[in-house]
Amino acid sequence: MDAILLQILNGLDKGSAYALIALGLTLIFGTLGVVNFAHGALFMIGAFCAVTLQRFLSLSFETVDPTQTDFLGNPLKVKTPYVEHWFGPEIGGAIIDWSVPLAILVAIPVMVAVGFIMERGLIKHFYRRPHADQILVTFGLAIVLQEIIKYFYGANPIPTPAPDMFAGSLDFGALVGMAENSIIYPYWRLVYFAFAAVIIGSVFAFLQFTTFGMVVRAGMADRETVGLLGINIDKRFTIMFGIAAAVAGLAGVMYTPINAPNYHMGMDFLVLSFVVVVVGGMGSLPGAVLAGFLLGILESFASMKEVIDLIPGINQIIIYLVAIIILLTRPRGLMGRKGVMEE
Amino acid sequence: MSNSNFTRRGVLKTSAVAGAGLALPTIFTNRANAFTNEPTGSTVTLGFNVPQTGPYADEGADELRAYQLAVEHLNGEGDGGMINTFSSKTLDGTGILGKKVEYVTGDTQTKSDAARASARSMIEKDGAIMITGGSSSGVAVAVQALCQEAGVIFMAGLTHSNDTTGKDKKANGFRHFFNSYMSGAALAPVLANAYGNDRKAYHLTADYNWGYTTEEAVRNSTEALGWETVAAVKTPLTQTDFSSYIAPVLQSGADVLVLNHYGGNMVNSLTNAVQFGLRDKMVNDKNFEIVVPLYSRLMARGAGANVKGIYGSTNWHWSLSQGFTTPDGTEVAPDAASAAFVKSFGEKYGFPPSQAAHTCYCQTILYADAVNRAGSFNPCAVVEALEGFEFDGLGNGPTLYRAEDHQCFKDVLVVRGKENPQSEFDLLEVVEVTPVGQVTYDPSIFGGDLGSCNPGA
Repeated sequence: MDAILLQILNGLDKGSAYALIALGLTLIFGTLGVVNFAHGALFMIGAFCAVTLQRFLSLSFETVDPTQTDFLGNPLKVKTPYVEHWFGPEIGGAIIDWSVPLAILVAIPVMVAVGFIMERGLIKHFYRRPHADQILVTFGLAIVLQEIIKYFYGANPIPTPAPDMFAGSLDFGALVGMAENSIIYPYWRLVYFAFAAVIIGSVFAFLQFTTFGMVVRAGMADRETVGLLGINIDKRFTIMFGIAAAVAGLAGVMYTPINAPNYHMGMDFLVLSFVVVVVGGMGSLPGAVLAGFLLGILESFASMKEVIDLIPGINQIIIYLVAIIILLTRPRGLMGRKGVMEE
Repeated sequence: MSNSNFTRRGVLKTSAVAGAGLALPTIFTNRANAFTNEPTGSTVTLGFNVPQTGPYADEGADELRAYQLAVEHLNGEGDGGMINTFSSKTLDGTGILGKKVEYVTGDTQTKSDAARASARSMIEKDGAIMITGGSSSGVAVAVQALCQEAGVIFMAGLTHSNDTTGKDKKANGFRHFFNSYMSGAALAPVLANAYGNDRKAYHLTADYNWGYTTEEAVRNSTEALGWETVAAVKTPLTQTDFSSYIAPVLQSGADVLVLNHYGGNMVNSLTNAVQFGLRDKMVNDKNFEIVVPLYSRLMARGAGANVKGIYGSTNWHWSLSQGFTTPDGTEVAPDAASAAFVKSFGEKYGFPPSQAAHTCYCQTILYADAVNRAGSFNPCAVVEALEGFEFDGLGNGPTLYRAEDHQCFKDVLVVRGKENPQSEFDLLEVVEVTPVGQVTYDPSIFGGDLGSCNPGA
């Protein structure tokens, strides 16, 4: 029982990441009709916003400590971050320590700008082209973006830890009266899950309860009619692209303490996120979120030793297996609408 | 009026036939020479096949730096580095057998097929007499087999699987780097000493050749000292989030987690394990511990503070150049060879070399010396010169290139993540230098057959 609870919890944070990326993908597909294979790269750029801010806040000056030597036997140059010099070790250290949450403030404008440039500069030229062309151009763009990041940051993962107060894990088992250490869950993953819930809720509320959201939803349902009413739907859709980019970027920022970011992390999530979108139903926002959590939890279950012993290799194929079964029984996905990508 | 027999179509056909003939690999047409790519001019070309793109690109870049440094030293430029401390004195800065050393590079991409293609290109098009490099056992085994077929020497780079000089060994291939068996044999006594003989281990193992041999080596060595293995779970090589594999560890009753992972896998699984607070837990009335059998300083940087206090093994570490005191109080004097290498490398590039850089530099020097001692570039003469060769002064103490499997036997370093690093390079501390006798094994235990050397053409 506790093993099952444990894997459900595990699946939630993995599902959060899938859901956030798939949500952005679906927003773009639903509004602009573009299959955006560069969406994983937006997740990666968000993560590198956190890396960049951490590096910026850690900018240091050097002082020579004659009592210590470096690897060449020369007096050691000790680095002191400027923020620690200016604000003292405690406050300066805390600012660096909180660089990941602080990166949210940086990532929002950066990601909206990246999304805007991407949409206006490249993707808008492919609106009326076949989906295969869109996939090719956005996939190419993703490769270009990740190579740029690799050029500046190298190929190795870069540690970007969470604030110290979120280190360690919650003994969830002991909390609910089970044996000690039976269900443990890292604090930061709880934060990530809560953060994802807030973002997903905000996007839904924005679309549901604002005039802007109403127009966008109308545009998603019937773009031509909304255009005939004199509403500049293209402009709104461009803004939605920026919002989708920001959602992916924020997912990336908050993911950095979970796995040290590297240039390839977007690609690692991209294919799975597309499966999530298809399983959820093309163009369906609730479907994307539901499928994200469902597949995240299933993936966690498939990683259990007992399951692998029973069906070797199941951990590598479970998501695709479930996708096949769902698409065979519900060809439009869990919550897909009639007519989307069926013309 | 002139009447030519040339037609456009005819010229094209003739060009195509001639082009095809010229494009035929020299490996198949170069029958006049005694062996493949026999150097006839005043230069000799070496082929450095390293990952320049892909996940191990940083490791590949460090390998390439070491190769370039070795070439400089062989050609008499720079301060000579470890050529000055090397026990064999045939290298005098005039290249190899008096020929200036040149090099070409290839990109393995850490993919076997890409690595074979780049090695083949360097042999066939660039005339490389020797291929060296790589950061993966899969690549090493694939390229080693290619070199055997082509009739050139392969001096392996970073490859740790037992198979490279075990079941997949080849007469034309040589490995300076240590292997999984040696890691297990060196680590187990240190672990038993630090954590006791009554331990329950849980293994997470990368689902490929290197992972299997490492798990097997560590299991065998630790079980022989009384540890129990409660579970061993294979994880996909492409896995990035290991939480679902780590979460059940505490429920299993294990009090040690062994991460048979390398590179990005190691960084992520270790980060996840620390996030889950495993090291803060008490299980079976003991502190929960984590072990990483193969450490790489470049990779340890990715794991950041998570490596603190965690044991592992390494082929070489730059701190040997400064000397150190082990936890049991043993004073280890600075190693002159390591100091010479760190100085050369550090002054040229501004940071200390990695173990990958060290092994690649050594392999280049060892090959050049073997050619000089043999008096020939013929691969069979080089094989004969390297087999059973005993040397010192390359940073690992007295070393033997064993004739039976072409594996180097030398002391192995057991390291631990440093609690209070002084700099970004100061991540690991050597806790024990395991004597070579403790990590030596019978060459027949891993099977395989060297076969006979192939000089090619």
